[in-house]
Amino acid sequence: MSHGRSLDHVVVVGGSLAGLRAVETLRHEGYEGRLTVVGAEAHLPYDRPPLSKQVLSGKWGTDRLWLGPVGTSIEDLDVQWRLGSTATGLDLGDRSVILAGGDRVGFDGLVVATGSRVRRLNDQPDLAGIHLLRTLDDGLALKADLDAGPARVVVVGAGFIGSEVAATARQMGLEVTVLEALPVPLQRGLGDTMGMVCAGLHRDHGVDLRLSTGVDGFEADGAGRVARVRLSDGSHVEADVVVVGVGVIPNTEWLEGSGLTVDNGVVCDETCRAAPGVVAAGDVARWPNRRFGETMRLEHWDNAQDQGEHAARTLLAGDDATVATHAYEPVPWFWSDQYDRKIQLAGRSNDADTVEVVDGSLEERRFVAIYGRRGRLSGVLGFNRPVLVMRYRQLIEQGAAWDEALAAVAG
Amino acid sequence: MRVVVDFDLCESNALCMAAAPEVFEVRDDDFLYVLQEEPPEALREKVEEAVRRCPKQAIKIEG
Repeated sequence: MSHGRSLDHVVVVGGSLAGLRAVETLRHEGYEGRLTVVGAEAHLPYDRPPLSKQVLSGKWGTDRLWLGPVGTSIEDLDVQWRLGSTATGLDLGDRSVILAGGDRVGFDGLVVATGSRVRRLNDQPDLAGIHLLRTLDDGLALKADLDAGPARVVVVGAGFIGSEVAATARQMGLEVTVLEALPVPLQRGLGDTMGMVCAGLHRDHGVDLRLSTGVDGFEADGAGRVARVRLSDGSHVEADVVVVGVGVIPNTEWLEGSGLTVDNGVVCDETCRAAPGVVAAGDVARWPNRRFGETMRLEHWDNAQDQGEHAARTLLAGDDATVATHAYEPVPWFWSDQYDRKIQLAGRSNDADTVEVVDGSLEERRFVAIYGRRGRLSGVLGFNRPVLVMRYRQLIEQGAAWDEALAAVAG
Repeated sequence: MRVVVDFDLCESNALCMAAAPEVFEVRDDDFLYVLQEEPPEALREKVEEAVRRCPKQAIKIEG
């Protein structure tokens, strides 16, 4: 490996999708040394997207969530799992990760994949019935509360997680109020027009959606359980269950003072390298995506997996500049399932100067819209149009000009 | 190699089609069609990529 230094012990901090794919790739590429995964949760890697949908509704049991490598079993990866163990520090001089309790785990190579955690509201009280949703344990706790048949569920934040929880709760027959501080749901991600399509989707399914409405505070009943939510407009809603879905924060606190650059994520180069022998992947990593000329940090399932694989390859290539390392320049992609709609977005929709519906209609909520930046196709949004989204994603990969994308045959 | 899709899990995200178009096709009816249930060994890498990419883990390879 680099500078004649051999890679004998790789430590992956983070036991979710990015970390698992990194481990799998290291083995797949022939790395035979020691592998340790430090995971803050007590569980082996599992799949998070079903937590707001199939697990919440009870359609799936948790036995369906476990992630494994393709074509082999998780035991075959020969990993030492240190689960339920939180990294609290990184000593780059000593090449070791410091764990809560003071243990140190030495490494030659390090994969930072600590992900993100959900943001709490300012002054959010610790009342029974107020939930965040990120982990399996969060999901099961919320499910228990929804199964009890609450009279009303209040969702704070109409982002993708909040929207999915609202959709699932409606499908369980529960009354749902969604509070969104912005005038348009998903405004930053989708823009005004498409954001209002999402608003219409909720309202047509009986959600009491309140836009431009923030939370002023919570009130408890006599038993310390949430009973009502006070709103920024001076009114209030009764609430037996509250779900707060107002975004996530990258887990970088353990890296403070380590010498790694932390700025809304671990800052990496275009190959996902954060320092010699240190790479990062998933929600926690920020890197320049040259395809879009933009430094990004993605919170997508698809990216966790791709970047985990890419970062592992970068680590194996070492720091020797003569060994070819490749830039990580994916076309981001994610999906959100709400009611009977499959919403998919590929590429970038922020900073678009043009948006055009190229297939179907917004009224039917079955359509494809494409986003353009400076004469190029930059993004595609589909409602129940998976094949077309994939075709336009390929056009984005090919660097298609806007006119070319418009001329591409839809349907 | 035999490709097995659990259609109860499949949600037609079409990522498999992007990875291995010779084997997987999501059509305009939004359903996935497996074009070759026993694809040739030469396609193994692509099919494995499709297995990995599937957000629902709905695809399995037997043999």
